[in-house]
Amino acid sequence: MKKALQYLVLTFLALQALGPFLWLLSTALKGPGENIFAYPPQFIPAHLTLDNFFSVWHKVPMPWFFINSIVVTLLTIFFNITLSVLAAYPLARMRFKGQNTIFFSILATMMIPFQVLMIPLYLICLKLNLTDSGGLINAWLGLVLPFAVSGFGIFFVRQAMVTLPRELEESAVLDGCNSWQILWHILLPLIRPTLATLAVFAFMATWGEFLWPSIILSDPQHFTLPVGLVQLQSAFSADWKLIAAGTLLSMVPMLVFFFALQRYFVSGATSGAVKG
Amino acid sequence: MFKKRTPYLYLILPGLFMLGFFFLPLIMAFRISLSDYSHDIYHPAFVGLGNYLKLAHTAPFWNAMQNTFLFLVGVVPAMMVLPIFLALLLNGKLKGLAIFRSLIYIPVVISMVVVGIAWRWLYADDGLINWLLSLFHQPKVGWLVNPDIALYSVMIVIVWKGMAYYMMMYLAHLQSLSQELYEAAEIDGANLWQKHWHVTLPHLRPTMVMVAIISTIGSLKVFTEIYVMTRGGPVGATKTLVYYIYERAFENLDLGIASAAGIILMLILLAFSLLEMKFSPKDEIKDTPPKAGKSFPGGKSVALPTEPLKQEVGSAL
Repeated sequence: MKKALQYLVLTFLALQALGPFLWLLSTALKGPGENIFAYPPQFIPAHLTLDNFFSVWHKVPMPWFFINSIVVTLLTIFFNITLSVLAAYPLARMRFKGQNTIFFSILATMMIPFQVLMIPLYLICLKLNLTDSGGLINAWLGLVLPFAVSGFGIFFVRQAMVTLPRELEESAVLDGCNSWQILWHILLPLIRPTLATLAVFAFMATWGEFLWPSIILSDPQHFTLPVGLVQLQSAFSADWKLIAAGTLLSMVPMLVFFFALQRYFVSGATSGAVKG
Repeated sequence: MFKKRTPYLYLILPGLFMLGFFFLPLIMAFRISLSDYSHDIYHPAFVGLGNYLKLAHTAPFWNAMQNTFLFLVGVVPAMMVLPIFLALLLNGKLKGLAIFRSLIYIPVVISMVVVGIAWRWLYADDGLINWLLSLFHQPKVGWLVNPDIALYSVMIVIVWKGMAYYMMMYLAHLQSLSQELYEAAEIDGANLWQKHWHVTLPHLRPTMVMVAIISTIGSLKVFTEIYVMTRGGPVGATKTLVYYIYERAFENLDLGIASAAGIILMLILLAFSLLEMKFSPKDEIKDTPPKAGKSFPGGKSVALPTEPLKQEVGSAL
């Protein structure tokens, strides 16, 4: 009895979390003749159809939104991991002059909100022609480069590297390894879970990012999904079936990614929260 | 063990990116905030603290500050309390609990733009929520079009989206709470409510402080949800500080004023970040691995917050 009640509450909670998306789904699946504003609402469409999905795919450059989002996200993940590892390695495993200063300057960047950097960054990107007036590749670079490295990423990888035992390197040096070989063959395989978590963070942050792309993009062919969806919303403001279909399509990659890599998502919320 | 220049070689590339995309723009932001761009955007004039003084007399800026503050007051307590109930419900050994946890976590991972669109549809005049109200014979509410209500409607969406994230933080902590404490409380005759009040809550207090600070920082940066749902309207009722900065900079091209407002935002955030460091559980940074007995370069060990991870993710919500 108590268990049944518990499941009832849990089902309600799951429904409130999914409800808004399910309602979008119901709207997107409705046929051309159906009134989406009907009172009472029609939860199960009377004329099930996938037409809205096909038509949104053709009416706006949806395929481009996907390509741009995927390319930009993958590049951002790649840069973040590479640069974080490069910076974290000497900070965690070597000693050199200025180490403390460099480390703390990197930490300090975590406190600077993007909102104060975006204006100068926009001017910098204009100067370097990294907006979409320079073409697709430049637009991609303009979306990626300002987020290529983050103080957080460096800090995160450093913390993982610092805990590895010193003997690893000592024996490798005796075997004649240079610093690059130590990093590539010994350290990196050991911190793979950390890198996976970092990749998930970068994915989440980049995939949903709206502010910066909306600033530097103006050509719909260069839009990422969030910018494209906002434009879809204003261009077809009356056609909610179309908006709902486009919005749902954009959710698919994130949902797939989430269910495939769940444990890395949740580790973001919990790591550091439990001591010992 | 390595050549003297080796560490620097590794740092060159990340260092260049850091300089070009963090430190240079930061310095530029200060300089821009001291210049007047409103007359001729190509030839800004140096005005000292003029932009800051002008902001102090600008009504829309104070309106944005006020909205941002209202946001904090509304969102932060909700984020501190509601997820505790969620966490208590999702803690335990019930079959299938993991699936429920994942489902409830979905709003966290879906992008803000998608969430904003989904909720605009729910909030529509003839939308689902007004229909639900009509079942209880309530009149329609202009969720996003009534200036007195719009800000609260946006808050609801933000709490709805972020709740499960903070729930995970609480959950992680709950799982470290030993059952014996509850059993002891039961022996002392505590009922369910007393058990949670006297055992659970004190245990979660440090997490609550963290949640308060992280959600404060997140609320101060609110933008996308507002852009998607209301564009700052109706009549400026949902314009927040970041929205004000965006509008000034990229719609009015008044870069000086926008940067000054940005610097003010940064200072406010800085205050909260310092507060966060003060309250977060300290973790002695582990020695750079070298030989035993030698400490961190410089000889002092440093204490750092272990929480930037959560702030990073939390403020992105």
